[in-house]
Amino acid sequence: MLTIYYSFFNWNLLKPGSFHFSGLDNYSALLTNESIRTAVLNTVVLTVAVIALSVVLGLAIASLLNSEVFGKGFMRTLMIAPFLIMPTAGALIWKDTLLNPIFGLLPYLLTPFGLGRVDWVNQYPMVTVVVVEVWRWTPFMMLIILAGLQSQNPEILEAARVDGASALQAFRRITLPLVRPFIELGALLGSLFVVQTFDSIYMLTFGGPGEDTTNLPFLLYIVAFQGFSIGQASAIGVVAVIITIIVATLALRTLFSIFQVEARR
Amino acid sequence: MVGMRSKILWSVVGWLVVFVFFFPVLWMWLEGLKTEPQAASSPPTILFVPTLSEFQEVLSGDFPPFFINSAIASIASTLLVLVFGLPAAYALAIRPVKKSRDVLFFFISTRFLPFAASLVPLYLLARDLQLLDNILALILIYTTINLPLGVWLLRSFLLEIPPDLFEAARVDGAGFRHEILRIVVPLITPGLAATSLICLIFSWNEFFYAVNLTSSVAATAPLFLVSFISGRGLFYAKLAAAATLASLPVLLAGWIAQKQLIRGLTMGAVK
Repeated sequence: MLTIYYSFFNWNLLKPGSFHFSGLDNYSALLTNESIRTAVLNTVVLTVAVIALSVVLGLAIASLLNSEVFGKGFMRTLMIAPFLIMPTAGALIWKDTLLNPIFGLLPYLLTPFGLGRVDWVNQYPMVTVVVVEVWRWTPFMMLIILAGLQSQNPEILEAARVDGASALQAFRRITLPLVRPFIELGALLGSLFVVQTFDSIYMLTFGGPGEDTTNLPFLLYIVAFQGFSIGQASAIGVVAVIITIIVATLALRTLFSIFQVEARR
Repeated sequence: MVGMRSKILWSVVGWLVVFVFFFPVLWMWLEGLKTEPQAASSPPTILFVPTLSEFQEVLSGDFPPFFINSAIASIASTLLVLVFGLPAAYALAIRPVKKSRDVLFFFISTRFLPFAASLVPLYLLARDLQLLDNILALILIYTTINLPLGVWLLRSFLLEIPPDLFEAARVDGAGFRHEILRIVVPLITPGLAATSLICLIFSWNEFFYAVNLTSSVAATAPLFLVSFISGRGLFYAKLAAAATLASLPVLLAGWIAQKQLIRGLTMGAVK
């Protein structure tokens, strides 16, 4: 039954995209086009790197905030700021005031380590985009994972400790299985957004140098509004939809399983 | 004693991590409080006398119209989401019709459609309707983007109302209007807040459609920031002041409504 539901939903997703291309010419051009392959690859690299790093960092910080520390509430308040800051503003601040090779703070601080005067945005464009996006998405992951951690019954952990389990054992055997659905949900919802990354690429690198940081949304923007080839752009849109469907199907499945667990309580 | 020591240790670690993450925001504020020569100095100026002159310059310059456009687009679209979303959520939660589940899936599938995929048709549509560079286009688009989220979110709050409550009201002879105004609205105020917050965040910070569908008249706050990367030279203090002001509404709203944030971001699944 569920499969039928999902197939129904996939079809809906495709409709708006497929509406606008006639014939398979754009499609076949797509498969042979170098730019599109680069963009797909960049999209995948960016999404996987950002999600993996921000989930790991988010889990670590959420665990910190869930343990006995001073000023938890205030820490959480400060932590969510990067997620709330306007992405275009955040990217500009990183590019011009933190990473700028001459006036930026980071090259200055890194000078003793022999990394001063590194032009991060131009020399390591993908690293820069990933760093800025991880900075933005770690708070998101942290919030969701923290909610999972807080739903845990502390008595169970206490009991495990009494039975002689080490902190690491307790984390791996008890906490991790419990927060796993929350991690999955965060990762999947996050990837739906990160696949669409546009703001920070536009502000930081403008897809360059060359096509080094051009992902699918950015390529579509270039093709449609600098090259004005609407048909091609639509075909790129369809590729983006296909990637999204795969992630979205998984995301919805996780979402529903959490809803069902909640309902059973 | 050991417990206290580990608490102090982890607090220090935690605060260091939080400081690293919060630092860019802090730095943005500090840069905005500098003068231009201080902001563009090498090595960077750490100690300085704060001044509000750059904020004043941004506010008295050409920034306000962008800010107002952002406010109109996000507030109007948020209100529209509440107006259309509440009845839909009510129908799906309290009085489910046939195939409610299909409808829910359909709703949310539109939210997962990548912006990139719908840009071309929307652009052509806006052009044909003479809505390019018109704030109305952004309002409509933001409403459609946020509506599915709003419906899911409001539904999750409506489901928490005990059904007996409606039963009792109906036995007492309460009309439909009474039911909505006296029972539903007061009970889901947190839900309305969460929905508004999420809509506000997404529409205020939205850039992809704004940059492609508007140019001057209807341009929103993120577009003002774009002008700093093209041909304005080195105005770092002004840039930081503008970035601070542009980020302020969402930052404040998010901080005030922290509790609603998680629930909103997960479409009601995580409380």
